[in-house]
Order: sequence, then structure tokens, then C-alpha cells
Amino acid sequence: MGKVMLEVKNLKTKYVTRQREDVFAVDGVSLKIEEGKSLGVAGESGCGKSTLALSLMGYYFPPLHYISGDIIVDGNNISGLKPDDVRKKILGTEIAYIPQAAMNALNPTQKIIRFIEDVIHVHDPKATKKDIYDLAKERFAILGLPEEVLQKHAVELSGGMKQRTVIAISTILSPKVLIADEPSSALDVTSQKMVIKMMRDLMEKGFIKSMIFITHELPLLYNVTDDIMVMYAGQIVERGTAKEMVFDPLHPYTKGLMGSIIVPEEGVRENKLIAIPGTPPNLKHPPKGCRFADRCKYATPTCMAMEVPALEVPSKEGGADREYRCLMSVRKIREVYEDE
Amino acid sequence: MKNTIRQVFHSPKFVIGFIIFAALLLTTIIYPIVVATDPLEMVGNGNFFKPGTYVSVKDAVEGSKYTLNVDVQSASLGSKISAEDKEAMKEWLVKFGGVAEADIDIEDAEGLIGLWEANYSENAEQKGLTSSKKKYYVRLNKNIDGILLNNDVIIAQENSETGELEQSASIGSQEFVNTKDVANRRTFILGTDNFGRDVLTELVHATKTSLRVGLIAGVIATLIGLFLGLISGYVGGVVDDLIMFITNMFTVIPSFVLLILISYSVGQNARGVNLVGIIIGITSWTWTTRSVRSQVISLRNRDHVNLSKLSGHSMMRIVLTDILPYLASYVVMAFILQISSGILAEAQLSMLGLGPSTSNAATLGLMMNWATLYAAPLNGSWWAYFPVVITIALIAFSLNLMNTGLDQVFNPQLRD
Amino acid sequence: MSDKRAECLSGKGVTKVFGMGDKKTVAVDHVDFDFREGEIVSIVGESGSGKTTLSKMLLGLISVTEGDVMFQGKPRDISNGQKKKEYWKGIQAIFQDPFSSYNTFNKIDAVLLDCINMRGGKNLPYEEKFAMMREACSFVNLEFKELTNKYPFELSGGQMQRLMIARIFLLKPKILLADEPTSMIDACSRATILDMLLKLRDEINMTIIFITHDIGLAYYVSDSVYIMEHGKFVEHGSAEDVILRPKAAYTQRLINDVPKIYEEWDLSTV
Repeated sequence: MGKVMLEVKNLKTKYVTRQREDVFAVDGVSLKIEEGKSLGVAGESGCGKSTLALSLMGYYFPPLHYISGDIIVDGNNISGLKPDDVRKKILGTEIAYIPQAAMNALNPTQKIIRFIEDVIHVHDPKATKKDIYDLAKERFAILGLPEEVLQKHAVELSGGMKQRTVIAISTILSPKVLIADEPSSALDVTSQKMVIKMMRDLMEKGFIKSMIFITHELPLLYNVTDDIMVMYAGQIVERGTAKEMVFDPLHPYTKGLMGSIIVPEEGVRENKLIAIPGTPPNLKHPPKGCRFADRCKYATPTCMAMEVPALEVPSKEGGADREYRCLMSVRKIREVYEDE
Repeated sequence: MKNTIRQVFHSPKFVIGFIIFAALLLTTIIYPIVVATDPLEMVGNGNFFKPGTYVSVKDAVEGSKYTLNVDVQSASLGSKISAEDKEAMKEWLVKFGGVAEADIDIEDAEGLIGLWEANYSENAEQKGLTSSKKKYYVRLNKNIDGILLNNDVIIAQENSETGELEQSASIGSQEFVNTKDVANRRTFILGTDNFGRDVLTELVHATKTSLRVGLIAGVIATLIGLFLGLISGYVGGVVDDLIMFITNMFTVIPSFVLLILISYSVGQNARGVNLVGIIIGITSWTWTTRSVRSQVISLRNRDHVNLSKLSGHSMMRIVLTDILPYLASYVVMAFILQISSGILAEAQLSMLGLGPSTSNAATLGLMMNWATLYAAPLNGSWWAYFPVVITIALIAFSLNLMNTGLDQVFNPQLRD
Repeated sequence: MSDKRAECLSGKGVTKVFGMGDKKTVAVDHVDFDFREGEIVSIVGESGSGKTTLSKMLLGLISVTEGDVMFQGKPRDISNGQKKKEYWKGIQAIFQDPFSSYNTFNKIDAVLLDCINMRGGKNLPYEEKFAMMREACSFVNLEFKELTNKYPFELSGGQMQRLMIARIFLLKPKILLADEPTSMIDACSRATILDMLLKLRDEINMTIIFITHDIGLAYYVSDSVYIMEHGKFVEHGSAEDVILRPKAAYTQRLINDVPKIYEEWDLSTV
């Protein structure tokens, strides 16, 4: 077992809407990532996955609020830190974050190298321009980005190139954890592939020690991350290796989600897509029992009444334990799915 | 719709603005009903009478009298000797009377006069005083003696036969009249202006007129702006180019210059209140047009407009039902701002003497103009211009506050 | 592609040019197509390929710069308002963003009633109109009772898109142009929408033109596929042929760059 890079214990956060209502978007999330591993978070819009990404940084400002739980990065608990300390001590070196529209966050009047200087100066005010330039040049070369980019302005770059540049800038300090929230969703497929390739390179070359990749595109997660976690209504409903999750899902929601995957490959046309009726619960008033119960065709009255704990079962592939949040036993689940 | 209105009235900014504006509006409606005098009636025979109640002297003299055992002297002393005189008295006493400065209290008129009576002497050595200053002190001394005399005032009447004056009554210093017994009284809460008109009545009517000018200007500017903006944005093409060309032309020429030129060329006598409103309206529609047009262009490409076209609806119907409702909130806000800027534009015009003709109605701008012309700020007649300034500020403030409140409700990005 | 089916919509040399002089851009460049009745055709292209411009030309919302469009074997005539109205009885659309597809000031009843009126049911008795609306709602698994007197924005994205399909069900056009109808809604609702589109085709023998950037989705739903790049069709044919055995380099690249599940996704080719 590798060194644990990021451990989250029962994290609860909420955000406040304009009508001053609390939305409990992350409601008891626990996870663990070891060095050299990547974890994918999948879920539909509104399930709380973007809020989770923001919450994991420990960087809270309204409308996002911290309720309880621990975030431990490489042995240091960062959950109690002030936002200013988080910005200075954690972001960049410990945790890096890439939002979906990151490429639009570049100030168009500045050259790319200036952003890199800014990032490095926050942590090392004495670094000279030449040192920074050399570091950036080397890093860009390894990641397959042309050196000229450093001297260009953001507007001169294409969307895919901008996004890759932003990723290179955010990881220039070799953070321990990279949190990427839909980093490739706004791009066309070719640029998306380049972004994915770059993130894999970052992992392989050790520039980032671990990665959390958040997206709603399951085929992408399957190809990028070691493990996949499925999030539903603020909770993790299932976690396992990518292969297990796609081909042997346990939780009925995971099953439905995997049943909606469409890829341009032979035989796909014969698959029947699985549709899940209904809509996810309102997170302003989360239901008491299983959050998926009202959409689940296997639900029993018990599911509605009691809070479902996360169950750990040994993985068939011998990796870390799988985890799922359903009252049915693994054997029961397999039987039920077999019957269909 | 109901929900939106409820939201609007939950915005504190809008509510405060609305209350101020409604109060002003109600005053202009109710006050003329209660006080039916002509606002332009020249009551006062002279310039700038200060605020207060004026009672007829004759009525007071002839009215029934009440003797009150109160000390009338100190009150009269206090009001009859001016502050400058008191300063001069103090100066003299310290320099030549040998009184310590600490013993003199200017506020205590009685005490000061006591000291004065005890120490002043015409013949004292007054080294360093000019002779005119010496004479001034002599006069002051006589004055004070007169006040202290406290004699009755004799009222004499001319005998119609002999032509001699005969004493008909005397008024003792302790005699009072009840103001309620005085038949002829007039209260000018805000005094009178340079023509001797009651400022308050004039102000209320002026506010009403100015609001009318603002309303006319606002309605015209908003209608022109909305109409041109809708056509320009929705039809596009050559029509858009043409309308934008005209709009840009109006935008580059400062509208105030245009306003002055039009007002001037119309001529003093033809400029009524309505005409001034219309003139202001037709010079201030450009910004409404531009912003309505840009909003229509972004709406035109929304899918619901495309679907409405696919449903075979006519252009008129699409504009009225699929585009206009989305603009409504913006148009209301623009309208409120146009009223406010219309009132200000009228005030500016009138200050320059290009406002509505002066003979039949006052406007806020005209009142300011008169106050300036007759040098009210120089002779300390604050009541002739200060209430007007406050009223203009309140109108603009309340309208802008309402606009900001609406903006916060309609534009989610500005909420908190 | 079976040529036995009746001609529905076809075009020759259809071109759209925006701007003039130096600013001239050719959005759609001499494309030929032939859509048959009851067929599901996908037009696949990345953003900026001109697929949305083409769809607006097919709908008659913007003019065609050059080329001919044939509707049911005859040249399409949309020269005036009345003729456009007639054409739009034959072709209707569902757009990408359900949230901007509705006039937020109109209630759901008004949306559906409008469709009945357009099909000439203006003078029908109320009961009959309600029966039609109920039928349309149940076609898309919505409860009319729960929708009446509500505004569209009170529904979820998936429900709104289903209501759009109910609208099409009432209008019963010959052709439905679906412009990325599932890209803004969740994966779990996507299957429902696709099922309903297929059901529409089966029940009314409607031609569905499916515009998408998702090549997997195109493969899943369509009979034939047109691949569009920079305003031109680079390849077309049956879905099996185009997706599984692509000939054009662009199609091959596009398919290569989409993440795979069953096969190895080759990352070295970028």
C-alpha cells in the first residue's frame, strides 16, 4: 500500500442559495487516495460533485460553508485553516484545482510566463525570472507544449492549448493532489484527448502525486482513472476500480448510470439503454432513508426509513476494498441483476 | 407576475424610494385641495419675507388685551440689541470699563446691560478709539436707555374736526394679545420669495408641474426608444443600419445642447409645460434605443423565438408576446430613470431661463432661477432656494432608489 | 440506405455565406443530401463545423445563399409568410437547451394549445382539446393533470425536453429536426428522450434529422450518418459503414479520439 496522499473523513459542506436556503451538497463524504493513484468522481448535474471539488481544497468562502469533517493532505489536517492560509500554504503546492472553464480564467492582457511567475512567487518570493523561465521551459517541453507559448497572450492560443497551458501552470509546483473538475468537457474530442494524455503524463512523470478527476462522462473516467466513485445526492453511493464499476456495478444507481453509456463501438446498437425514471431528491431537505429509494425499482419500505451505511466488500481483483451504499447483499444484488 | 411584484416590494431600497416618491406625489395632490390659494399670488409687498406667522398690527392693537405679569424686559433686551452691539459693548467694558473678561457673558443680555449701566460713561478716557467709534457708543448707550425706559406706547387718532392728535389708547408694556383674537393672520412656513409669493404653496405646485414635465418626457423618451429599439433589433438589416445611424447621430450631439437649441428656437411665449416635456422627451431616447436593441438581438436568437416562428406566428405577435415581456422589467427601469433625468433637465433648462414660460405656473427649475436672479443666496434668504434643492434631490433620490431596487430584483447577478 | 422509401428532404449544392468582402465566411459549402421518409439521419460535426447553420437553413429560419432544397420531391417554396407557415406544418424542431426553448411567460397549457391551433383545431370543443393534450402528455410519460396551470421552468430539464416531444406529437410534422436534444440533460434521462424519438418515428413514420457532436450517440440512434467538417460533408452512408468502417481521415480521427470502453483507447495518436 502506497503512502496516503489525501484522506477525507465524513466531510459535510453546504452552500447557501440566494433565497438563503441551505443546500447540503456534500453530505458525509469519505475517501482516500494513495500516492500514484487517481480517483474519478462521476455523477449527474446537481449531485454535488463540483461542490465536492471546491470543498476538498479546504478553501471556503460564501456561498460555500464548511460544516464538519476532516481533510488530511499527506498527514496534515487542513480542514480548520483560514481561507487566506489555505491560499498561501495549500493551493499550488499541496492541492491544485482546475475548474471546467479554467481556460477562460487567464487574464488576456498578460503573457503566459507572468502567470507562472505569479504562482511561484506566492511560495518563493526570491525566485529569479530566469530560474522560473528555465523551470517553465523544461516542464513545458516534457509535457509536449511548445516553448513559444510562454511568451504569448492567452487570446493567441486555441481552446485546447489554453486548457493544457492552464493545467501546466497549476501543476508547476508539483502538487500532491490535483483536483480536476470537468477539465475537458468544453473542448472538442481531439483537444480532449490531448488534455487527457497530458494529465496521464503528469501522473507518470511524478509531477502530481495523485489526482481526483470529476466528470459526468463515464467512458472518459474509465480510461483515465484507477478507481471510480459514483456520487448521488451529496453522497458516495459506490466506489471501486474502474473496471469493476463499469462492468460489474453493485448499486442500482451505478447500474443505471453505466447502462446509459454510449460509445461508437461494435455491438453498442444492440445494447438497451437503461433509463431511470424520476428526478434526484432536493438537497435542501435530503430524505431520511436511502436517497435513491424513490427511483429504485428494488426499493423496500426499509430503504425509505433508515439511513443506509456504506458497506465494504473485498474486491474481486484484489485491489482496495469496494464500497457501496445499499441494503441488499452482494449475492442478492447479483441474483436480481441476473434475473433481468 | 404577482410573485415578481411581491419580490419588488420586499426590496428595502425600492420600498424606501417608493415611500418617498409617493409622499411627494400625495403632497402635490392633497395640498392644493386643502390650501386653495393661487400659487403665483403676490402676497408679500417686498422681497423675501422670512418664514413665520404674520399678524395684523392694527388687529393686534385693537384687539382685547390681557395683562400678564411676566418679565418682558429681558426678552426684549435680548432681541432688540444685536449680536454685534453686544460684542462692541463687551469690547468697551474690557478695554475701558475695567471689567474682567471672564465676568462678561454675552448670552446673558440682562447681566451685560447691568454691567454696561454701571461702568459706561461718555466721558471716560477712551484712548485709541476713533471719534466715530466714540459716537457709536454714545448712540448705543441712548438706545439702551430707551429700551430700559419701559414707557407705555400711546396710540393717537386724528380728530376729524380739529385735525389734532388725540390719545385714544395706550399700550402698557405688560399688555398682551392672544394671537387667536387677531383676525388677520398669515403663516408662511417657508417665507415668501422675491415676488412676495408664498414659497410653500409655490413649491408644491412647482413639484407637481416638474413631475408632469418629467412624466411626459419619460413617456415620450421610453416610447420612442422602445419602438425604435424593437424594430431595429428584430428586423435587422438595412432598417437596423438606418435606425442605428440616426441614434448614433443623436448620441454624439450632446442632448443638452440640442435641448437648449430647440427650446431657444421655440420661443419664450410658446414654451408651455407640456411642450418643454415633449422637447426633453425627444432629445433623450437614444440610450433606451441602444440597450433595447442589444437585448432584442440576444433574445431574437433564443430558441423560443425560433420555435414561435416555426409555429407560424406573425412578426407582430412574436415581438409582443415572445420579446416584449422579457424586456418589460428593463423598460420599467429605463422609464423611471427617464423621469428623473427629465426633471433634472427641466431644472437645468429653467436655470438658464429656457424653461416653461413664467406667467402661469412655477416649476422647480424656475424657482431656482428666480432665487438666483434676485440674489437669495447672497442676502441669506435660504428659504427661497434650499427647499427647492431638497425637493429636486428627493425626487431624483427616490426614483434612483426605486430603480436600484428593481434592478436587484430583476438582475440576479446584483442580488447581494 | 434504402431508396425504396419515399423522398422527404433533399438538397443539392446547398451553401450559406455570411458577410461580404473580406469578412466573408462560408459556413456551409455546397452540401448534397437526401433524407428518406421514416429514416433517422444524424449529422455529426464538431463545434464550428456548420451543422447548426445547416439545420437553420433546413428549417427555413435563415435563407439559403445558393443551391436547391427539395421537400417531398418538389422544390421548397418559402417565399412568403403563408408558404412558410405551410412548410412549417411539415417540419418542426427540438433544440438543445430546454431552458431557453420556452417563453417563460406562457403556461404549459398555452404551449400545447398553440400546437392544436396550428394543426387547425382552433374551433374544436374544449373537451376534445383537453383529450388531445392528455394523449400527448401520456405519450411522453407526463401527467397532464400535474402540468396544467404550471410554467415550463417549474419542470426539470428532462421533463421540459419531453414536453417538447409532446409538442411534436401534437404537430405531427413529416420531419423532425432534433438539434442536440440530449446534450443538456442527464445521462439517465437521455435514454428516455431517445426512446421517445424512436417511438415517434415508428408511430408517425416521421423522418428525424439528428444533429449532434457525439459520434457514439449518432451511431446508437441513426440509420444513416453524415459527417460534417468545415461546412462540407466528408462522408455519409449507413451508420454501420460510417462508424465501424470509416473511410474519410476526419471520421477516422473523430472516432479514434472518443474514449472507448470495450476496446483499448489509444492515447499515443495525438
